[in-house]
Amino acid sequence: MLATTVIATPHIRYLAILPEIVLLGGGVVLLAVASLVRRQLRVRVGTLLTVAIAAGSLGVSLWQWADVTGRGGFTAIDHAVVVDGFSVLVNILVSCAVLLTALVADGYLLRERVGGAELQVLALVSASGAMIMGSANDLIVVFLGLEILSIALYVLAAFNSRREASGEAALKYFILGSFSSAVFVYGIALVYGATGSTNLAQIADFLSRNVLVHDGLLLAGLTLLLVGFSFKVAAVPFHMWTPDVYQGSPSPVTGFMAAVAKAGAFAAFLRVFLSSFGLLRADWRPVIYALAVVTLLVGAGLAVVQRDVKRMLAYSSINHAGFVLLGLQAATGRGASDALYYLFAYTFMVIGSFAVVSLIGRTGDVAHDLSTYRGLARRQPLLAVCFAVLLLAQAGAPFTTGLWAKLQVVLAAVDNGSVPLAVIAMASAALAAFFYLRLAVLMYSPAPASGGVLGEEEPGEQPVALTAGTVGPFRAGPAEQAMAEAQPQPVEELRAPAVRGARPVWAGTEQSVAVVDRLNAALLIDAETVTVDGETPASAAADQVGGDVERVEAPDPALVSKVPVPALSAVAIGLCVAVTVVFGFIPAPLVDFAHHATLLFVP
Amino acid sequence: MLHAAFLMPLLPLAGFVVLLAVGRRVGDPWAGWIGTVAVAGSFAAACVTLIGLVHQPATARELTCSVSCGTGAASHAFFTWIPVGGLQVKAAILLDPLSMTMCVFVTGVSMLIHLYSIGYMQRDRDYSKFFVYLNLFVFSMLVLVLANNFLVTFVGWEGVGVCSYWLVSFWFHRDSAASAGKKAFIYNRVGDVGFLIAVFLIFSKTGTLTYLEVFAHRHLLAGGGAATAAVLLLFLAATGKSAQIPLFNWLPDAMEGPTPVSALIHAATMVTAGVYLLCRANPLLAMSSAGMWVIAVIGGVTAFVAATIACTQQDIKKGLAFSTVSQIGYMVLAVGTGAYVAAIFLMVAHAFYKGLLFLGAGSVIHGLEDEQDMKRMGALRRWMPWTFGTFLFAWLAIAAVPPFSGFWAKGDILSNVYAKNLPLYALALLTAFLTAYYMSRIFYLTFTGKARWQEPAPDGSPAHHKPHESPWVMRLPLVVLAFCAVFAGLIDLPWAHSVSLAAWLDPVFGNRLFDSHQSASVQIALAVADGVVAVAALLVAWGLWRRRVDRPELEPDFLQRVWYWDNLYDAVIGRPGQVMARTFATVVDARVIDGAVNGTAALVRSTAARVRRLQTGFVRNYVLGVALGLVAILVFMVSRSWS
Repeated sequence: MLATTVIATPHIRYLAILPEIVLLGGGVVLLAVASLVRRQLRVRVGTLLTVAIAAGSLGVSLWQWADVTGRGGFTAIDHAVVVDGFSVLVNILVSCAVLLTALVADGYLLRERVGGAELQVLALVSASGAMIMGSANDLIVVFLGLEILSIALYVLAAFNSRREASGEAALKYFILGSFSSAVFVYGIALVYGATGSTNLAQIADFLSRNVLVHDGLLLAGLTLLLVGFSFKVAAVPFHMWTPDVYQGSPSPVTGFMAAVAKAGAFAAFLRVFLSSFGLLRADWRPVIYALAVVTLLVGAGLAVVQRDVKRMLAYSSINHAGFVLLGLQAATGRGASDALYYLFAYTFMVIGSFAVVSLIGRTGDVAHDLSTYRGLARRQPLLAVCFAVLLLAQAGAPFTTGLWAKLQVVLAAVDNGSVPLAVIAMASAALAAFFYLRLAVLMYSPAPASGGVLGEEEPGEQPVALTAGTVGPFRAGPAEQAMAEAQPQPVEELRAPAVRGARPVWAGTEQSVAVVDRLNAALLIDAETVTVDGETPASAAADQVGGDVERVEAPDPALVSKVPVPALSAVAIGLCVAVTVVFGFIPAPLVDFAHHATLLFVP
Repeated sequence: MLHAAFLMPLLPLAGFVVLLAVGRRVGDPWAGWIGTVAVAGSFAAACVTLIGLVHQPATARELTCSVSCGTGAASHAFFTWIPVGGLQVKAAILLDPLSMTMCVFVTGVSMLIHLYSIGYMQRDRDYSKFFVYLNLFVFSMLVLVLANNFLVTFVGWEGVGVCSYWLVSFWFHRDSAASAGKKAFIYNRVGDVGFLIAVFLIFSKTGTLTYLEVFAHRHLLAGGGAATAAVLLLFLAATGKSAQIPLFNWLPDAMEGPTPVSALIHAATMVTAGVYLLCRANPLLAMSSAGMWVIAVIGGVTAFVAATIACTQQDIKKGLAFSTVSQIGYMVLAVGTGAYVAAIFLMVAHAFYKGLLFLGAGSVIHGLEDEQDMKRMGALRRWMPWTFGTFLFAWLAIAAVPPFSGFWAKGDILSNVYAKNLPLYALALLTAFLTAYYMSRIFYLTFTGKARWQEPAPDGSPAHHKPHESPWVMRLPLVVLAFCAVFAGLIDLPWAHSVSLAAWLDPVFGNRLFDSHQSASVQIALAVADGVVAVAALLVAWGLWRRRVDRPELEPDFLQRVWYWDNLYDAVIGRPGQVMARTFATVVDARVIDGAVNGTAALVRSTAARVRRLQTGFVRNYVLGVALGLVAILVFMVSRSWS
């Protein structure tokens, strides 16, 4: 009996998964090649090959795009994989992210002297996982992609073995990720139990033809899937790993993680919930609504109090996830296309931002305190401009893709009647603008000459009352104080720059710097990780660096020197800024692209 | 050939980018030449496009299909600029006889003034920056003119506004220049608000911003006074940009900018943008006779008021500035009476002769080392023959002496106004007399009489050196413009309307809007009246100003101080505004806004202080968070399934 059973293997259409194959195969080739070349050349060869591989998969994805727009999407490999505009857009996005990450990582690897091409290989593997998530048409395949993505990421997080924080981050990520994977698989099992299939199309088909009298099992499965995805996209309250992991991972990896993991997870999230469980939207929309609200508020609110820039950007990415949830919450094709556009814009902003952060972090990847950014504009104006543009884009400033991204998801929410959610989203964006602008203002404020406080280095000015001792935990009305000092000559103050004569151009920003300083003093929390039961996790120890308020004013002189900017990092940052600004001025092509991608969406 | 249209705005933009990148390095004079060549290329492209458009059959030049650019496509867009819901804004150009006419004279005059600036701005500290702004200005002006929808026009509108601001306060180390730039900008903002609200109104009623579609659906604006509101709001925008009552005071102050700027922006091109906007929106104007009346009356009154002020100015550039206000008043009057062709005719002629007058004045100022007071000039015809000769033609043209261009253009407007309304005609004729009078005064004081610059000034400043004629790069534009100022009348002679500007612009305006049914004898009588008035004014001024310099009885304080207009604004708006601002600074800003900021800060701080306790750094706590969230959602979901 057994002998006669033939296990039918599906026909495999390799063209359908060509981008994934290019990445995975490229990774294997790279591993082989890297072991053959001399140690000194490994990083360079790795970068070169990775860029070529990423460009190749980008080319293949673009070819797929032409193919898909020509004759529509299709499913392959026994309907386990789908190729449509949606999946191709994810492929393109992930390819871009790999390319940029390779450029950024090159300088990092040379600087830190940790390993050769392994980082690139892991990034390629992880990226293929994200692509698989984007094109999965079966819950099992989604899970497969999720694991390929995650396991490589766990190793990437620990990549800088010299940093204790890196190892801690990886371990935390691994334990929590495994936990959420387990939850996710359990969800698949329950959904299979309720519907008899793990194929997305068949689930949708089943649900459209049957009315479940007892749908508790299905809803429980749905919940578990939702939690699994929410963990990956870092939605509150499943976000807690994010700050620790983002902070601990090597900075280029953090950028990659923020872009690719989020893109892959959201792609699968959108596809599964819109195509399979579209009919149940009345059940899951309120949950997404609530998740979006807390994600937006917690992300923005906690980012405000961060002193470590990487931690701040981690919370900011949580806030961004809240915005993408807005698109999902709309539960329409329009919302999906807005979410995709958001992810596309976000990828370039976040990789560019972390590229700058990894440069500023200096050898050891440790200098991430806000104070190290003070006066960056004077030391390295071009770098500061690029970072400022990327930050403004994240804040949603006009003439950047950030504006259009936020505008569209908010419009999608409004169109769907979720006006309160839209209002909360905009309020959180306003709150978020504060910490982006704080960093921008810091970069454009004068660096303390010899560790002195701001007030001391400006003789002749009114003594700005930010002597360290006077800054209590929180004094009511920091802005009021600033106002009171500016008060005596409200009108003359406006003419002041002309009178002051030969002051540098940023002299006019002193007042705003003073205000920001006060707000900082009032808001920043020194170490977020508190000690419990006398134990101190390593991340808490790392957080203590930077210490109390005075140290914002007096950073280590070594940390306010110029940082070297490798050419490849400069290219990556330049590309990110260019995409952000060009498509901010001319939004239509990208918007149309995302829109077409969802029009071609084959459920 | 119509494809050359795209080069028109792109070449100055390229010039702007190149100058921004390398301008400072190549410096004086190559930066100037780069800018000039870019604009000259734009002018060449405009000429090529013009030829292409002329070769189109007359029906194909009509508004409805003029966007095709010969490709057969229904519209020719660079790209869709803003796609937001129902609003699809395309960055497309609208090429029709009106925009074409504007482009040709804008690029032509710009080219000449760029050339002139090469000489005028010599040895300036920020030589290359000047051309950066100037090229950006030409680009913005062409965007304004060529846009096929209100929003892109607004982009150009703001672009020229900001260039005007930068250029007026180009020498910002002088306090007067810095505040003049601010004044220009703020006055214009008032108008811009009108523009924006008009755009909102039009979009809310018609659902589109593209000119052709708005005009096709203009019936949606009918009723409820929407059309009148839109027209008046657009006119408010025009009063700002084109310096009409009540927003005209900024233009005289704008003379703080370098003289080529005054010639290009504040005489020939930007200040006529308001008139262009009204002409562009003529199908809307036709829907509101009340709006048209307001426009006509404001135009006529502005022309008269500005002319009276121009009679008493001592500063040569301020005199010319009020003259510009007055001349634009004529154009607005023409628009208000429905005589759009006449308005465009005067706009073109005015660009030539007023540009020339400013450039001539600049030449004089250049020759006398920055002396602008006419009472310290005189007898310059002997030292600056080229400037004198070309200024002479410009003077006769603006004074409307036959057969120079001003005579035909102004005659066209006057005969139209005569057919529409007699009191307005009387006012316009009186203004024509004043125009010839004040221009003659300026001319005599500057070029004839005694050489007063040889004597020390009454206030003790020393005598000037012997004036020198300007270099050839400055003289050549003078000669070309003088030629144009003399012969520009040929483009629309009254007995040849069927083959001239009127016929060319007919697809845009249509003679349906206005048709002055006047017999030949009435027309001749009107023309004779114009000529007589002009010559009489010349003679009166000759008698009064040939030998005398001071005639206090003819220069009352009331007129010198601009009818106390600035004082009025200061009392009614400026001072209360300051009080208000101070109140807001001390009460609203310090208490309410800062209170809100501090309150938010306190809230965030205290909440975050609590929430952060959850972020312990321990995996066990994180897992607990995930589990609790899971349970909460599960409870919600299961409760739904049971309910």
